[in-house]
Amino acid sequence: MNTIFKIHGGIHPDEEKQLSNPGTVLDAGLPPSLILPLSQHIGKPSSLCVAPGDYVLGGQLLAEADGMVSVPLHAPTSGTVVAIEPMPVPHPSAMNNLCLELECDGEDRWIEYAGCEDWRVETPDTLISCIRAAGVAGMGGAGFPTAVKLMARDRLPLQTLIINGTECEPYITADDTLMQVDAAGIVEGAQILAHILGVEEILLAVEDNKPAALDAMQKAAKARGGDCNVMTFPTKYPSGGEKQLIEILTGKQVPTGGLPADLGIVCQNPGTAVAARDAVCFGKPLTDRIVTLTGRALARPGNYRARLGTPIEHLLTVAGFDPSQNQRLIHGGPMMGFALESSAVPIIKTTNCILVPTEQELPTPPDAQACIRCGLCAEACPASLLPQQLYWYARAKDQEQLERHHLADCIECGACSWVCPSHIPLVQYYRAAKGMIKESKTEKIRSDRSRDRFEARQERLERETLAREAQRAARRAAAEQKAAAGGADDPVAAAIARAKAKKDSASDESANS
Amino acid sequence: MSFLRITSPHGHSPLDTAQVMQAVLLATLPGIAVLTWFFGPGTLLNIVFGGVLALALEAIALRLRDRDPQRQLKDYSVLVTSTLLCIALPPYAPWWLIATGILSAVILGKHVFGGLGYNPFNPAMVGYVVLLISFPLQMSSWQAPRGLGEIPGVTESLTALFVPASYDGVTMATPLDLLRQNKGLLLDDLFSSTPQFGQWAGVGWEWVNIAFLAGGVWLIYRGIFTWHAPLAMLITLGLCAAIGFDSGSSESGGSPLFHWLSGATMFGAFFIITDPVSGATSNRGRLIFGALVGVLLYLIRVAGNYPDALAFAVLILNFAAPFIDQYTQPVTYGHKPTKEDDE
Repeated sequence: MNTIFKIHGGIHPDEEKQLSNPGTVLDAGLPPSLILPLSQHIGKPSSLCVAPGDYVLGGQLLAEADGMVSVPLHAPTSGTVVAIEPMPVPHPSAMNNLCLELECDGEDRWIEYAGCEDWRVETPDTLISCIRAAGVAGMGGAGFPTAVKLMARDRLPLQTLIINGTECEPYITADDTLMQVDAAGIVEGAQILAHILGVEEILLAVEDNKPAALDAMQKAAKARGGDCNVMTFPTKYPSGGEKQLIEILTGKQVPTGGLPADLGIVCQNPGTAVAARDAVCFGKPLTDRIVTLTGRALARPGNYRARLGTPIEHLLTVAGFDPSQNQRLIHGGPMMGFALESSAVPIIKTTNCILVPTEQELPTPPDAQACIRCGLCAEACPASLLPQQLYWYARAKDQEQLERHHLADCIECGACSWVCPSHIPLVQYYRAAKGMIKESKTEKIRSDRSRDRFEARQERLERETLAREAQRAARRAAAEQKAAAGGADDPVAAAIARAKAKKDSASDESANS
Repeated sequence: MSFLRITSPHGHSPLDTAQVMQAVLLATLPGIAVLTWFFGPGTLLNIVFGGVLALALEAIALRLRDRDPQRQLKDYSVLVTSTLLCIALPPYAPWWLIATGILSAVILGKHVFGGLGYNPFNPAMVGYVVLLISFPLQMSSWQAPRGLGEIPGVTESLTALFVPASYDGVTMATPLDLLRQNKGLLLDDLFSSTPQFGQWAGVGWEWVNIAFLAGGVWLIYRGIFTWHAPLAMLITLGLCAAIGFDSGSSESGGSPLFHWLSGATMFGAFFIITDPVSGATSNRGRLIFGALVGVLLYLIRVAGNYPDALAFAVLILNFAAPFIDQYTQPVTYGHKPTKEDDE
């Protein structure tokens, strides 16, 4: 058993995990149509390879990866592409983005696919391209293309793969459920990822509030041989933050502005591990996932296996949604999830939870009161920041102090806002301040660039002027030199002589005629 | 249907500012009870009269500042200020003394700077210092404790408050005064020859301090504030006292135990210097803040000219708090210097 390290801060909100009955997977069914955003990941949107009216089979490629940091998109069932146009997508800004609407034919016919027979004999590059072709992106929340993350092996020496089954946010039990129902798949997926990364050590991290998942993982790790180390640690939010988990498991901190790979570590989500296994062993593209549908506004909360692109309103109907006053619809968990404006948006590769609480359950926050600098936020901050000071400087728009107090290291976990007795939406202030700093940096880059251009132009003009003057001076010098060398041969005198000679000869001719 | 859009986090801890303030008020109860037992109902009356006045002034100030009194009065912050000030005032003080103190605390100490959360100084201590400088005589007339003088009843207390001219109470020098004025007596002799000294410190005072200590420990247990500032203050006060103890000679500044259990020590350590608004903000900063208050408290008590030194020590350190904050920022995640940086 490895040692567990303590992290600073953290909070203990009500877990509410039992509400969604972890460990059982329910079927979300097939909706009449699926809405598939072309950007379900971090990076460039996928580029379409079908057109409206095309009939597609399940598993068929709909859009290809566009460039390095991108993933392809596959049809989650058979049907007809009926529209390709901007539609609302799950995003905090409630924006529209290019989506493909697939009308399901209900027959759910699939293409044939096949994977590698034995991944142990394949090269990492082959396996990475399998994972890339299957459209796997991080399923924990950020949605970074998995293949790109695995390519860290080419740049840095790696030692450790961490499978992050912490799932520290209240309510969410999607990973918990997956660990209970497919521990073997996670372990095999982890071994494939470790094989690709060339690392010896695999750490499977599970918080101690998931005894059933922990047990399943330990059994699976034992059954598959010794290189997997299942680790457990006390429940605390946000232990599952990538940086926090790395400190808990290794005692090391990811340097600011750096990546876990700088410490020789790569983190993956259990769902991603299974998706990678499916991609490598079966050639199966990523077209569905487990989503926790929870909250007391649902009659049948639970973990549902849903096809990507399933509209949330379909899921709400399946789970028995009973709307109440001040109803909120949250994509993600109660701490970091964002509220959606409409239930018409679909679930995507990164949707681990849809939370529909009642007003009693998660009351609408009252108006903020004055900050009394009680410091509870600083006690709770897992990044050891001083949120009360950041709040002050964010309100004053004091960029210098914000940077001096390391605003950029805020992971926006929401622990400070959660504890704030004055109900100040601290995280929102930090998001706005980060946006402001980013904007002013872009602005600075832009103005630097135009200043550089202006200066370059000035320099060029000056250079040209100088060059012209130099040329003129050189010509004058040459002429003077010539004049000096000719001595008596004065050009003016010569010209007069020539004119005179011409005149003389002219008068001679007239005299002759 | 359309859903309500609010930014994350969507949940919240059950603790809010009003509850923090209520907890502080609740934690003063043991101290107030012991004060009332030893010195009579004077303190209680101070607190009630001061509280009503403070609420009224706060409401007026909020209205003048275009704030909503209905909402902001419910944060209980002004009651904490007035209660803390009134605990520090001598029992059986005249009404105008209390009124001047409350006015200074609420208006000068708080609203002039922008209200709750914006005051650089501890409002209760602002009120206290205004009174101490303006009315030194009234501020140093402490009722004799139970056993050494007659304890006034409720009627007499009301007389003392509203018709001060016709009230004549029994006042006595406090143990801190006696120790400072001591000329020539060994500490043991001073303790045995003067009735005001009890087992460890002053009669009554030692129990008052123990009661405030109990309330303070409960607040730390509740997580209302951290242990850093109080512990640091008590440690440095004890250290200074140990250095100045001089084996109990006639020049002795008093034992650590005497200082811990005298005057406003425990009240100050747990209820005054823990004021988050005017104190240092990081835990390291709080350690420094508390430690410096402890040193100043001892120096002013032993070498200064006032009956107790807490208010001055706190106000001076309030000035220093932003400076302390500047140099005690905790090391952010990922900013720890690594070995490579050292090389």
